[in-house]
Amino acid sequence: MKKFSSLLHNLILTPSRNTKIKLLQDYFKTLDTNRAYALAILSDQLSFQFIKASKLRELVYKQVDQHLFDFSYDYVGDLAETISLIWPTKKEGKQQNLSTLIENIKKIKKSDINKEFSTILSELSNNERWTLIKICTGGLRIGVSERLVKTALADLYNKSLNEIEEIWHGLEFPYKNLFQWLKNETSKPKIDFKKLFHPMMLANPIDEEKDFKKLNPSHFQAEYKWDGIRVQLMISSKSVSLYSRTGDNISSAFPEIIETTAGDAVIDGELLVGRKFKPSGFNDLQQRLNRKKASKDLQEKFPIFIRAYDILFYKGKDLRKFPLFERRKYLEKFQKENNNNQIDLSSIIKFKTWQELIKYKNNFHDDLNEGVMIKLKNSEYLPGRKRGYWYKWKKNPKLVDAILMYAQRGHGKRSSYYSDFTFGVWKENELVPIGKAYSGYTDKELLVLDKFIRNNTINKFGPVREVKKEIILEVAFDDVFPSTRHKSGVAMRFPRIHRIRWDKPVKEVLTINEFKKEFKLS
Amino acid sequence: MDFINHQLFIKDINVHIDPIFPKKTAIITHGHADHARFGHDHVIATRQTIEIMKIRYGDNCAKKFTSLKYGQKYSIKNYDFTLYPAGHILGSAQVLIEKDDHRLVITGDYKVGKDETCKNFKLVKCDTLITEATFGLPIFQHPNPKDEIQKLIQSVKINKNNCHIVGAYALGKAQRVMNLLRQQNYNETIYIHGSLEKLCQYYSKEKINIGKFEKVSSKDKNFYEGKIIIAPPSALKDRWSRRFPNPIICMASGWMTVKQRAKQQGIELPLVISDHSDWNELLDTIKKSKAKNILITHGQEDALVYYCKKQNLLSKPLSIQGRSDEEIE
Repeated sequence: MKKFSSLLHNLILTPSRNTKIKLLQDYFKTLDTNRAYALAILSDQLSFQFIKASKLRELVYKQVDQHLFDFSYDYVGDLAETISLIWPTKKEGKQQNLSTLIENIKKIKKSDINKEFSTILSELSNNERWTLIKICTGGLRIGVSERLVKTALADLYNKSLNEIEEIWHGLEFPYKNLFQWLKNETSKPKIDFKKLFHPMMLANPIDEEKDFKKLNPSHFQAEYKWDGIRVQLMISSKSVSLYSRTGDNISSAFPEIIETTAGDAVIDGELLVGRKFKPSGFNDLQQRLNRKKASKDLQEKFPIFIRAYDILFYKGKDLRKFPLFERRKYLEKFQKENNNNQIDLSSIIKFKTWQELIKYKNNFHDDLNEGVMIKLKNSEYLPGRKRGYWYKWKKNPKLVDAILMYAQRGHGKRSSYYSDFTFGVWKENELVPIGKAYSGYTDKELLVLDKFIRNNTINKFGPVREVKKEIILEVAFDDVFPSTRHKSGVAMRFPRIHRIRWDKPVKEVLTINEFKKEFKLS
Repeated sequence: MDFINHQLFIKDINVHIDPIFPKKTAIITHGHADHARFGHDHVIATRQTIEIMKIRYGDNCAKKFTSLKYGQKYSIKNYDFTLYPAGHILGSAQVLIEKDDHRLVITGDYKVGKDETCKNFKLVKCDTLITEATFGLPIFQHPNPKDEIQKLIQSVKINKNNCHIVGAYALGKAQRVMNLLRQQNYNETIYIHGSLEKLCQYYSKEKINIGKFEKVSSKDKNFYEGKIIIAPPSALKDRWSRRFPNPIICMASGWMTVKQRAKQQGIELPLVISDHSDWNELLDTIKKSKAKNILITHGQEDALVYYCKKQNLLSKPLSIQGRSDEEIE
């Protein structure tokens, strides 16, 4: 437990990805009995909901004065940390390792949980208490993703990340087969591939200058890039389930798909909202997202369909090693045979030169697609973002000039610079913020902006600096929607700094009403 | 105790304790900038506090100086003033004010724990106690500073290709960190940010063991691999710290108790080393002082006021102007 809790402590405080990977590897290298629990906890695979937050509060009130706890919680702002710090440590008890501790807690009878859990907390050090409470209440929030854990394991044991990703969703606690394979003691675990989520194949952004010179257009096929959410649909005669890009089962939120789909296949596609296969935009789709269930009313108001891009399995046959153009034939066959009325196929764009493709990228369907996908006709279906197979070519962004209002220090490699910018447009004689961006600028532009901010701060609100209203930023963004959450009434999608407009006086920046008109919001 | 107001001002004789604006007579508890200011007519303090003020603000930072030894009585009319060690930093003092039969103690900033860089705290019994409450919450229970400094030493041993930059206040904390390192037999030269130089020289002159130190200079980048550098907290996030090879950012402060705070500030190696009393030490001092009337300043007063009231002690917060932010030491 000591080792695992100091691992978490170090992970939460380390900003560097490489250091995190090294910390994880050092831990997994030396450990035997605890590694299964460690892996399950770090990758958020098991939920250990032994005890709820409300119960923990009840327990801590028995140890310390309620008001003193409340004052402290108010100050710290994190329940696990407040409890771990304020809980009176008795003499530290016998050292228990992570798995024994968890096994012991699992064995506690419900009627004894108050007393027994309190005893356990008393015998741990601050940091171990913090760790145990984090494990119990779920959601570590220590800046470690499942993918990072996989990467650490892959590097440590000289396996490819791909191989791990492929079998990951079919693995089960305590991962015995995984660890044996990693150490080359056995062959790769056998997984029933038809039943599990397959990590998706993703695209890299195209570099117009470099890539188009190298790539032969006749080797590629193009499709529209639709602005919905990527999904994987698993269809068999027994059941149908729908997974998000991250592998979460989202079937219950989209019952109409589950109920009506027939066949035997695994389909990769885009979930969209619209009638008669005509998408109605991301804002409508948002009404259906982040919900556990969908009411009949919602289903009628925002009907959904899936635009299929690819097929991974067909009647039990694994197609992932087949080239894309072959898979497409299977996809068409599947569609013909089953005639699902909530699935259509992503159409293929005919083009001869890259130049020709530009008009499709920019103009077709106006706002309903984000650009085009360019896929190697011979590509296998490979998980992750492999270079050289699939590319995305996005539409030219929308642009607006706005005035720099506030700035905040950034994170990671930009940590010492003011690199998060809030910008706004005019509303009568005041400025109203329309968005926030922390990317897009060149290193040089960042230095200039950082210097300007340091020398022109007129106000400080905690970490936020208000600056003199002198700098105009040309902001690029994918889209803009009406929003009731923001003062300006608009919310931008993926805004980034395009360039600094030294040439333009601040008075010439748009008003919020002009802005809304220009982007068809009013 | 009615003779002193919430600004620590004794109107009767026109004397202030730690005033933030220029005043006629100012008793200064210690040299930190939120207590010792420039421009008073007459400063009364320990010799070391006066010398520190002169280093920071120049020889003419007050018109007149009176230096008092610990325990030496100084009278103005019917008020007797005595300074006692506060254990906070070099020269730091508590102020005992005796008038008629009433004994009032202003602790200033203080810590009860041992510290080789200054005289250790002395408990003074009194009727009214005006205590600080920087760490006035039960979550603050400072660990042994030796264990904390060992964390730094271990990290230096393990991470040979990194340099460790330790954020520490220029006056007091920086030298305490250096001294703690020496106590644990770290004998390498310690590198310091330019703003620490004069104060480190002063501590050396006062025979505080901070060992060999050298100002950071524009040496070859790799020179600082494996070295410990001490800098004021403000320099950590600044471009100043980017010149060093793979720096591991550390911070020596009581605030480092809270992981979320450390994370927020981008601290990778938090060292809980404080020059203030923790929660238990505050309670203990209140109890042992035998004071019946407790006034609380500086920091997290609410919890301490609540606690005192539960012990049937008269207690209220004193909000002193210009001191509310936790950034100040």
